Amino acid sequence: MTYGMKQVGEPESFRPMALLRFIGKAVRNVWVWFAVPLLAASFYSLLILLSWAPLSVVIPASAFNYVVGTFGAKHLLKEHVSAKRWMGVAMVCIGVTLVLLTGK
Amino acid sequence: MSHQHRLRIKTLSMVLLMVVCANLGDLMLKRGMLQIGAVQISGAGIWHALLSTIHNGTIWLGIFFLVGFTLCYMTAVSWADYSYVMPAGAFGYAIQTMLAVVLLHEAVNTQRWIGVVLIVTGVLLVGQTRPTTTNTKPVTP
Repeated sequence: MTYGMKQVGEPESFRPMALLRFIGKAVRNVWVWFAVPLLAASFYSLLILLSWAPLSVVIPASAFNYVVGTFGAKHLLKEHVSAKRWMGVAMVCIGVTLVLLTGK
Repeated sequence: MSHQHRLRIKTLSMVLLMVVCANLGDLMLKRGMLQIGAVQISGAGIWHALLSTIHNGTIWLGIFFLVGFTLCYMTAVSWADYSYVMPAGAFGYAIQTMLAVVLLHEAVNTQRWIGVVLIVTGVLLVGQTRPTTTNTKPVTP
């Protein structure tokens, strides 16, 4: 979604016609079309997980998206990732592991 | 009251509303899935669960609150820096865990709390980096 929206750019203003043009550009972007079903699948996966495990496990564990996002940012978006951010990623990994190990 | 002070109060209110919406949204989703029951991983099971979620009012209430969260978040970041808004998202994991204990009567042991604290700290560290370190010009296809 980030890659697609960077191609689309920002709306010129918040006037209705400018917003409609912005939305029109977004829906014509192929990367946005890839992102929407993936986001929908992600939401539905959350619902399935919530049907199996406690809220206090699923929601903290969802912080793992910061780990995936950081790897994606580095390798797909070619962003520079600082040591501080990697340290944060490591802490999230350890924290998510501890939460998941407590299970139900 | 100065303009800056008004903006600060407005932004803080929006951030608090953002946290409330996110937490209530997730709580409603969990409540809805408790009503529906554990999803069976099979074609029929997933299809049945999908239909059940579409017809579940609690799930829709959860979606309503999560849409509210998204709108509050977009408004908050339009008024304030991301680094001001982001900690609310980090602490949200701890607040959500507390609400799960109080409202859903979930049992959370010390190990899980330690995990949550590590997650909150890690997310704060990740969020302290600049939102983008690449060229900010739109990417041409």
